[in-house]
Amino acid sequence: MQSIQLGGIDYSILIIYSLFVLGIGFALKRFMKSSEDFFLSGRSIPAWITGLAFLSANLGALELVGMAASGAKYGIATSHFYWVGAIPAMVFLAVFMMPFYYGSKARSVPEYLKMRFDERTRCLNSITFAVMTLFASGISMNALAKLLHQLLGWDYNLSLWICSAVVLIYVFKGGLTSAIYTEVLQFFMIVLGFAPVVYLGLKDVGGWDAMTQSLSNVAQDPARLGLAAGSYAPDAWSSAWKPLLGGPTANPMGVDLFAMVFGLGFVLSFGYWCTNFLVVQRAMAARNMSAARRTPLIAALPKMLFPALVIVPGMIAVTLASLGKDGYRLPPKMLVESAYAKAVPAVKEAASQKLDAEAAAKLIGEAAGAKMFTDRVAALLEAAPTLDDKSLRNHLQNAVADTDYDGVILSLVKRYCPSGLLGLALTALLASFMSGMAGNVTAFNTVWTYDLYQAYICPNKSDQHYMWMGRVVTVAGVLLSIACAYFASNYSNAMDIVQLVFGFVNAPLFATFLLGMFWARTTSHGAFYGLLAGTMTSALFHSLTLAAGNTPGLKGGYLGVAQTFPSEMAQNFWLASFAFTACFLLTLVISLATRRTKTNEELKGLVYSLTPKLKDEEQAWYLKPTTIGWALLAGCVVLNFLFW
Amino acid sequence: MLDIRWPIGLMFTLVGALLILTGALSSPESYQRSLGININLWWGLVLLLFGGLMALFAWRAKNRPEQPIARGPGSRQNP
Repeated sequence: MQSIQLGGIDYSILIIYSLFVLGIGFALKRFMKSSEDFFLSGRSIPAWITGLAFLSANLGALELVGMAASGAKYGIATSHFYWVGAIPAMVFLAVFMMPFYYGSKARSVPEYLKMRFDERTRCLNSITFAVMTLFASGISMNALAKLLHQLLGWDYNLSLWICSAVVLIYVFKGGLTSAIYTEVLQFFMIVLGFAPVVYLGLKDVGGWDAMTQSLSNVAQDPARLGLAAGSYAPDAWSSAWKPLLGGPTANPMGVDLFAMVFGLGFVLSFGYWCTNFLVVQRAMAARNMSAARRTPLIAALPKMLFPALVIVPGMIAVTLASLGKDGYRLPPKMLVESAYAKAVPAVKEAASQKLDAEAAAKLIGEAAGAKMFTDRVAALLEAAPTLDDKSLRNHLQNAVADTDYDGVILSLVKRYCPSGLLGLALTALLASFMSGMAGNVTAFNTVWTYDLYQAYICPNKSDQHYMWMGRVVTVAGVLLSIACAYFASNYSNAMDIVQLVFGFVNAPLFATFLLGMFWARTTSHGAFYGLLAGTMTSALFHSLTLAAGNTPGLKGGYLGVAQTFPSEMAQNFWLASFAFTACFLLTLVISLATRRTKTNEELKGLVYSLTPKLKDEEQAWYLKPTTIGWALLAGCVVLNFLFW
Repeated sequence: MLDIRWPIGLMFTLVGALLILTGALSSPESYQRSLGININLWWGLVLLLFGGLMALFAWRAKNRPEQPIARGPGSRQNP
């Protein structure tokens, strides 16, 4: 696949965008007077801004790229990550949990844990969160820089460092306020940058009905396009629930209904949206309680509609590939330099030994580390003696049969965007990357400064000192994320382990918060040991189970395989369900067996039953969080039925 | 405090104007990719409209007397 040329207009749009986000940072610098300004925006921001920032911080490049990839792999069922896996949790956060986060005046989620339980739980949570944030940021940066390199021919190092430098400068200058403000701008950039691509794509495939028609052909033989093996009902790609009801073998995700609803919809989704400081921090920056509670609700409305923007492109790509329109194919896995080094001699060997196409494809494929199309390998062998090195490589790349799903979104951008719109769409991709990264950096610098540095390393310093620390650690955080990006690009196995471990840590977390916030009897021993036990349950569960098609090892089952799941996704959802249940039960039992260390008076404002009910009387009924929450849930149910 | 609608409004107005200009000056052949639609012109118009609206809201808010807002505990007193 050759890379695409950007024109002057495309670069102009990129530069204008960069100047504006940097300008916001500089314009806000003079408002940063205390550490509260820098880390919490002085709790002064209106709800519509924190709401859009809440959404934007979550909408990193991985989300955009990954959701399009899943849209291609699983079809419209991917929207469960939104309608089941996000909206209910966001409403719950707004209605039930925000009063305690905001009302307790905690400056971070770990600090809430300290107020509610003790230092141990805070320490555990803040260290894992800080490390996790850096790695998350690094993984996302690596993915994006790689994509830009492969599809646009941009230099990996250069795109990595320039994007990071922009984020660093505006967060350094304007702290959380600047991150939140730019996130709002980035939100509009992402929506307005990708909407025309989706429009053109849908028009090209002949509209929604024509698309679902083609997708039903795909469902019968997805392997033809390199998608899942097997054959599915015609609506497997175009309806959200029907394939799930048929059990794990009837849908390409390989997930059963219980794992989807309980594992994703309850454990994983509430664990992320309700306890992750990355998003909660945006709501904490709101200017009063009702703005804080409206933050997740305002975010929920666009979140509900986002599948149209991020999942539909994946479905369009599959349709195009199935129609074979203008020779479109799903982007192939890119061969790297070391693969070429092995594959080129293999081609020469196959040619000199006059192997038949099948044997040659096998030989070359093994050398390149990818599956090859037999007919294209045959054509390559025929042409090989006359080809120079460069066109030989092009032919090789063309013959790769494996799909790189992460390239789906950029392949559509390249297909539909003339110079001009191209710049806009690429800017939107970079904007999503920057919003995600700024989210990680601001969450990291706050947790580091308040929960680790001020709490354990250097307490009782002046406020100016902590603000200075915030700036220093912003630089350090960006540099460490870059280090993680290089780490991710060099040791993808080590990176898988890191992600795995964080999966273990995150799965049980919501049980601790749920019991802590809604049951005054929960003790600090119960919370700490329950959380540890939940984490160990995930590790144990992982070591005893395996997804079909994987070999025991990094993917699980290294202590023996007690249970095999149809897919990795099912394994993950079930792991989360087990870890949550273990953490919940153990916290309950240990709490009953141990003595409370905090009195009712101390827990006022931290626990539901001990806190006076909030009165929303000053607001009109239609502005009350509960009303908006119900309306959102109803909208969500309607969407689920529409795409049933 | 800075009103975020200003930078958003100005940026999209500028980008919209640039796209319209590109759309007006480029030849129809360059729009084969976008299915024959002069997408730069049309989408530039959308962006210009959006940017203009944002700037208009910001301008109206500037000229309206500040309304007192209930602030939460710990929030900055002088915005």
